[in-house]
Amino acid sequence: MKNLFYKTIVLFLVGGVVMSCADSDEPNYQYMPDMYKPIGYETYGEYDIFVNGQEAKLPVEGTIPRGWMPYDYENTPEGMANAKANLNNPLPYTEDNLNEGKQLYTIYCAVCHGDNGDGKGILAEREKILGIPSYDDAGRAITEGSVYHVIYYGLNSMGSYAAQTSEEERWKITHYVMNLKNELEGGEEIPFEEEKEASIAEANPVEVQRAQQNAEESQGEGAALTLDEENNN
Amino acid sequence: MKKVKYRHSTSRLLLLSVAFFISFSVLGIAQEEASQDAAAEGQEQTDESSGESSGDSAATSDLGDPANGKSLFNSLCAACHKPYSASIGPALHGVTEKRDMDWLYSWIKNSQELIASGDNEAVAIYEEYNQTAMPAFPQLSNTDIDDILAYVEQPKPEPQATQTGGESAGGESSGGGVSVNVILGILLFVLVMLLAVLFLVNKTLRNFATASGVVIPEKPKRKPIWKSFVENQFLVLVSAVFGLLVIGWFAYGFFMQIGIDQGYQPIQPIHYSHRIHAGDNEIDCKYCHSSARTSKHSGIPSLNVCMNCHKTISEVAPETATEDYSKEFYDGEIAKLYDAVGWNPAEQDYTGEEKPVKWVRIHNLPDFAYFNHSQHVTVGGIQCQKCHGPIQEMEVVYQDAPLTMGWCINCHRETNVRMEGNEYYEKIHEELSKKYGVEELTVAQMGGLECAKCHY
Repeated sequence: MKNLFYKTIVLFLVGGVVMSCADSDEPNYQYMPDMYKPIGYETYGEYDIFVNGQEAKLPVEGTIPRGWMPYDYENTPEGMANAKANLNNPLPYTEDNLNEGKQLYTIYCAVCHGDNGDGKGILAEREKILGIPSYDDAGRAITEGSVYHVIYYGLNSMGSYAAQTSEEERWKITHYVMNLKNELEGGEEIPFEEEKEASIAEANPVEVQRAQQNAEESQGEGAALTLDEENNN
Repeated sequence: MKKVKYRHSTSRLLLLSVAFFISFSVLGIAQEEASQDAAAEGQEQTDESSGESSGDSAATSDLGDPANGKSLFNSLCAACHKPYSASIGPALHGVTEKRDMDWLYSWIKNSQELIASGDNEAVAIYEEYNQTAMPAFPQLSNTDIDDILAYVEQPKPEPQATQTGGESAGGESSGGGVSVNVILGILLFVLVMLLAVLFLVNKTLRNFATASGVVIPEKPKRKPIWKSFVENQFLVLVSAVFGLLVIGWFAYGFFMQIGIDQGYQPIQPIHYSHRIHAGDNEIDCKYCHSSARTSKHSGIPSLNVCMNCHKTISEVAPETATEDYSKEFYDGEIAKLYDAVGWNPAEQDYTGEEKPVKWVRIHNLPDFAYFNHSQHVTVGGIQCQKCHGPIQEMEVVYQDAPLTMGWCINCHRETNVRMEGNEYYEKIHEELSKKYGVEELTVAQMGGLECAKCHY
């Protein structure tokens, strides 16, 4: 009997040791992992041959990929004032655009600015981030251009959202923000515009406008600010 | 992404040799999950119990109403100013002693005008803070400004008040966990004591018996149980069959779990808590993992996304701390972020010394499988939790789904394609509905089980 008792104890000890070996900190073993490991470079991979070991490398400054245009306004108070006065939304104010803007707003903006744009998002209510103004703040008097500019560069405590959104998405958010501002101020509902055929890449008025601004401002200033946008998509 | 090398796994030969015990590891994982749940519940309790402990106990000032001032300050001023420490703008506590009230009114209402008018004080402060322009606040009346200044001029609240609140809350929630252990310990102790007492009583009684000359009749030796077992051939046959079945069960279980990383929970370089970010603060998944909407990869957010919020949040609130992780621990983790991104919180500036954070990837597919996040998230409209588990409750992320081929295919057989509102499906829906005679089409009926769809 005693012999059996000791055997059981030993068995339990062995079992315990084995169980402690199979811990969750390590991935499981694999049987003949022929094509498990990538031969090509993986996104976000770490490889010795790259600078800093990062597979994600920055594009050369000043280069422009297809389907993308640099933003011409500078990240300065003057650039802000310039954008506030001159920059207009190239997207038509349609229901689709507004709804998509609302979805994106709910993801990226509502967490601080609140679902109504009154600066009472959950982070403000929990007093994690303070000092979020309402969109009808008279001292700020936001316009389409300034909304886009601030989404692109950020302003003081707010960071840039250029990495998380594309140009078209930022303009959709701008539509929705202006709509919220209008609601907060108690203005009449803005009528929807006709859907135009042109998408943002082909919208000629924008490009004409851009070309003019490029000519006015000194050359080569806007392009350098484009890097972190491409870096994360 | 460097992965753990599997090929030179000589150390695991030992593991293989006693393989069927591995199946027990499921029990271990289940226990861990349970403890995590318990931790989450404890956190909720602390959240509730600690609330407005730092209430408006401060003395009312002669300037105005500090309560109104607090709400105005929080919505308008707190982006750049803190009452007791410098931020983008200077610390405001004590400003009424330094400056004239009329000067403050005109400065707050429109600082740029004041600077333009050539006021010496205004120009000096503008130069001191790197010519950062303070926005104008024309909507504030003089009484509003009085209220704000009254809030700002309140004496700094004693830090002890909030700390004791947090500690007492923690003590309450921890009391439940400890008491269960204590009860178990006491029960065990009592059991041991009873055994010892029984043994001693037996011994003394025997001593008494031998002393008084009573002979205890000895039991006749019975046949050992294993001998009678061996002699019974039927029992041997049954137990042999049973043993084979058990071995088969465990062997099959062992072979089926090779290469499955369910429950994999490595230690990350920074203790990032999805529970706090996605759970408590209700930040949308796509806020950080934004490329899940548009890309094959749902990327790890780069550090600029972290800094969007943590520029202003340099330490966690005391009520966020749990039993397992203290406030100091969390603050240290935020400091690691600042270190990686090169942010100097004292000067509110980037140093330019960056080093990437080497996150450990948990969800790995073999290279021969193609998975695209955007077509599942944006087009399919599948919830993140369906594949990644209750991520908003995970303090440390683990792999929830097995990510095996059977798991993928099972979902493709059961899930309907979202046809409505998608022009792409208009014609194909008509044709396939006729072919299968159904209105709703599953992914499998759309050809979602073909080899080349995922394996090229």
